[in-house]
Amino acid sequence: MASPEIILAAAEAGHIVTAAAGTHVGTHGATHHEAPGLLDIIRNNLPALQVLVPLTLAPLITLLNNRNLSWLLAMVGTSVSLLIAVVLTTQVLDGSVISYALGNWAPPLGIELRVDAANALVLLIVAAIGTCAAIYARPSVDKELGMTEQPLFYTAFLLCFSGLLGVTITGDAFNLFVFLEISSLSTYALVAMGAKQDRRALNAAYNYLILGTVGATFYVIGLGLAYMMTGTLNMADLAQRLPDLMGSGTLWVAFGFITIGLATKLAMFPLHFWLPNAYTYAPSVVTGFLAATATKVAVYALIRFIFTVFGADFAVEAQLFGKVLLPLGLIGIIAGSLVAIWQVNAKRILAFSSVAQIGYMLVGLGLMSLTGLTATMLHMFNHALMKGALFFALGAVMWKLGGVTLDKMRGAGKLMPWTMAAFVGGGLSLVGVPTTVGFISKWYLLNAAFEREWYWLIAILLITSLMAAVYMWRVFEVAYLRPAPEGVQKGEAPLLLLIPTWALVLANFWFGLNATTTVNLAETAARGLLGLTGGAN
Amino acid sequence: MISDLLSNLNWGHYNYWIIIVLMMVGLYAVIARGNLIKKIVGLNIFQTSVFMLYISLGKVDGGTAPILEEGLTRPFSNPLPHVLILTAIVVGIATTALALALVLRIKAVYGTIEEDELEEADNKTEAEEAQLAADILGADDNRGGAH
Amino acid sequence: MISMSFDLAIALSLIIPVVGTILIGMSGDRPNQRETVTLLTAISLFAVTLWLLPQVAAGARPEVSFFEVLPGMPLKFVIEPLGMLFATIASGLWIVNSIYAIGYMRNTGEVNHTRFFMCFPISIGAALGMAYAGNLFTLFIFYEVLTLSTYPLVAHRETEEAKKGARIYLGVLLTTSIGLLLPAIIATYMLTGTTDFTAGGILADHVSPTTATILLALFMFGIGKAALMPFHKWLPSAMVAPTPVSSVLHAVAVVKAGVFSVLKIGIYIFGIDYLADADLTFWLQAVSAFTLVTASIIALTKDNLKARLAYSTISQLAYVVFGLSLATAAGFMGGSLQIAMHAVGKITLFYFAGAIYVAHHKTEVSQLNGLGRKMPLSFIAYTIGALSIIGLPPFGGAWPKFVLMEGAVDAGQPLLIAVLIISSLLNIAYLLPITVRGFFLKPDGEDTPAPFSWDGVKEAPFMVLAPLCFTAFLCFVMFFAVDAVEGLIAPILN
Repeated sequence: MASPEIILAAAEAGHIVTAAAGTHVGTHGATHHEAPGLLDIIRNNLPALQVLVPLTLAPLITLLNNRNLSWLLAMVGTSVSLLIAVVLTTQVLDGSVISYALGNWAPPLGIELRVDAANALVLLIVAAIGTCAAIYARPSVDKELGMTEQPLFYTAFLLCFSGLLGVTITGDAFNLFVFLEISSLSTYALVAMGAKQDRRALNAAYNYLILGTVGATFYVIGLGLAYMMTGTLNMADLAQRLPDLMGSGTLWVAFGFITIGLATKLAMFPLHFWLPNAYTYAPSVVTGFLAATATKVAVYALIRFIFTVFGADFAVEAQLFGKVLLPLGLIGIIAGSLVAIWQVNAKRILAFSSVAQIGYMLVGLGLMSLTGLTATMLHMFNHALMKGALFFALGAVMWKLGGVTLDKMRGAGKLMPWTMAAFVGGGLSLVGVPTTVGFISKWYLLNAAFEREWYWLIAILLITSLMAAVYMWRVFEVAYLRPAPEGVQKGEAPLLLLIPTWALVLANFWFGLNATTTVNLAETAARGLLGLTGGAN
Repeated sequence: MISDLLSNLNWGHYNYWIIIVLMMVGLYAVIARGNLIKKIVGLNIFQTSVFMLYISLGKVDGGTAPILEEGLTRPFSNPLPHVLILTAIVVGIATTALALALVLRIKAVYGTIEEDELEEADNKTEAEEAQLAADILGADDNRGGAH
Repeated sequence: MISMSFDLAIALSLIIPVVGTILIGMSGDRPNQRETVTLLTAISLFAVTLWLLPQVAAGARPEVSFFEVLPGMPLKFVIEPLGMLFATIASGLWIVNSIYAIGYMRNTGEVNHTRFFMCFPISIGAALGMAYAGNLFTLFIFYEVLTLSTYPLVAHRETEEAKKGARIYLGVLLTTSIGLLLPAIIATYMLTGTTDFTAGGILADHVSPTTATILLALFMFGIGKAALMPFHKWLPSAMVAPTPVSSVLHAVAVVKAGVFSVLKIGIYIFGIDYLADADLTFWLQAVSAFTLVTASIIALTKDNLKARLAYSTISQLAYVVFGLSLATAAGFMGGSLQIAMHAVGKITLFYFAGAIYVAHHKTEVSQLNGLGRKMPLSFIAYTIGALSIIGLPPFGGAWPKFVLMEGAVDAGQPLLIAVLIISSLLNIAYLLPITVRGFFLKPDGEDTPAPFSWDGVKEAPFMVLAPLCFTAFLCFVMFFAVDAVEGLIAPILN
């Protein structure tokens, strides 16, 4: 039971934290020298606007209740967020940290929004994929959800979008929970909307809800225990106070709960059971958006807690890397890849593939090195591009052919050449063919494994890459080397579906040939997380 | 042995014991109960235990309610957990509402809210799908797949 | 007029195939236009290569780094003699093959011509990319592109058989490249800090002999395109493809890319001296000798002509690896010569297989009795090619054998000459019977052969026959061109 002293101590420490945290800290919030211009206000409040713009547009969509306006507002919300994310990223490329006090209440009592290279990367991913999804949504939603009640879809979409951005940008641990639940609840609703096409979406959403809520509640328990020990909820402040309390049993428990809670959200084996069904039966645009963003944000949250809040030393002592992340990541990779081979539904194949890819990210963490962490951050970005492109391409197939089971996809290569070409592009990236982002991720992961001389890990990584080739090739073969079923007309999906898909596919190749920017960003992020000085070369 | 164990336990922190019991009851209901509504109830119990964890954490010995008033000299309980829990309660309500809405829809579409019956129905659909796919793809092979 | 520079030449070598592919795709419904584009692409590519050839022969080593794919890993091109040789062969024979392919496809009722002709330029572009690669990373990129771009060609007919063959093709090549070659490249990078091809090799001072042996094994088996046993199965499986595919890709581009990579890595990553001093290749001698002989024996048992030629190719490729395993200058030279001579010889043999299919729909060796009377030119051309492969003067294939024997002596392994001789005998045994059957045996169902007359001759159409005769003629020409090739390669070996 806490005493009043802790509260007062927190207030005093608040100043120290804000000053000490980060190499360069600019405290933003409306200042009062002279009347600031609109542009200044916007520039000073960018971190808040990142979340607020889509968040306020969401209820507006429901109020206006117009199908066209809702799509327009969704596009506006996501593209503005993308712009803001890009601006924020440019500001932290050199390794600096932006600290923003929400409502001008100073941390650690007030809620703080912090941007550094690590979450700038994730902000970019979420905003970019969200924008693509918003553009993509129009024809896809028309087809899969019908013409009525579309405003509700776009509302939920923007809520999910802002929730994910909020999780990424916040520097307060409880605020993270709030945004996490905002995004999760809207996700459950979005997944359930797939029931119009396939009633199994309802069960999928329900199971996801139960498991997700248990996970979030675990997180809250862990956070409560940590709060009890330190008296603060601000992540940077927690980071300052926790090292002194290292031996405490409560902290071990807290760490455990938080890790398990976040592990549920990021679909770490064996808490991944919600993922295949949720991804398969959700509407196509939802799957594309979620597969590329939701789990990445959860991985980011886990990384943030491990490295920034609790500190790498704590995690090493807890044997988190060697005994939890590495083995469970490996099982996830192997199990995910294996099961994917036997599926007959293309979306399900990709869903299990996602479990495997998240396993890769966890293995990168488990390697406990700068290269490993860089590989994980890099793969978060690259996997978003890959899976976004693949699921969007499948959504286009769904639009035209009405389903994505292998029997429905026969001859799709001839019926929808551009769509399937996009799918092949994404698939090559997933396998890790050179010139794609998938290869870049593999290269770094293998380098990291080589550094540690874990040859068995190299073997596993390579074998599972080949398994990826096997399950992707099943789809390619059906699409290209089988005749189309009788009576189906040749015809492409609408442009609004093709353009975002191809944008992502081209991004796959662009960042696969020009990986220097992303690699540098990932490395800066990794260095920042590990507390190493200096930006990337 | 057990009596030693029992006497070593700190019964003064009875709030933790209650919380743990509630937590386990809630989790048990979520996992072991097959009725969807009961799972939601279990979830709520589980969440309630967490609320109580926070609130009991904030209580100060001899502290009064944390309401700011003139001439406050007594120590007051920590208001921050109360605030956090208000948020969490709202999240819990939203979750419950969403879950109940889903259950309503499931009932309308499937006709049952028992987990095993639902699983059976879904497995059946999946098996049919897989069979259909295998048949069509197999038939293709037999035809020779020629152009 | 833009003046040609090295940068431009290398860039063009990569751009022309891409542009060609796009234009071919766009000409899908106008076959004559599409075929013209194919030919123009091939000719312009060869022109660029020819522009580079004399300069590289004179000693120029053009080097271009385009951009960094990863920090510290640029897409780098360095043209050196071995790559120049491979590029010249590939782009030159591609023109011939384009003519052949047009003739073949139009006369056999194959479908999906556009997809077929679109994949060729990408494949040749990838081969050139490999030829000019300046570091392992670039080599690997184009190696994979080559595998993927040839897959649709192998699976072209879309029958169950074709799909199965294509699956094996892709399976073996991807497994070896991702499973063995990629770790070898990463290991090299981690151990030496670079993947650049450097004269004299980069590994010598950085690794222990054991590590080097493991690396060598990973490289040799990882380069699945060199068809070293036991990773050779993809080659016969790929014979389900139409013959123009088999001819250029599996006599010239894909397999030559494989053995070219073997030689390139041998000399520029390991270094001939390091290989010899550290005695790293003794096991490779055994493996390549085994492949050499075994593949020839298997070829004897095959009645299907293309299958027989496939195993012959496996055997002939092992000559190059054998040459490297001798770890002497002569061995390496022999391997390089084999790349050139075998390409020309084998393509002749495959053209022959395609010609008899087009003209008479025969695929098995046993069906060829007496066919020589109906297709005298084809059979003569075949015989020339066969003699070149067997290694008899005055045909080009004689030189590699001779130089390899020299290399075996230099390596202090005169017994290996026996391997070469045995293999020549086996070559005679499985290649010459076709000539004998064609000219000297009676066709089935005829007791006394009809007297030969030009009226009874039914050769393949001109566009199929002409390339066949041309490449046979080349076998003869190459006998005299050996000095040029040796002069090109010799500077590397100092």
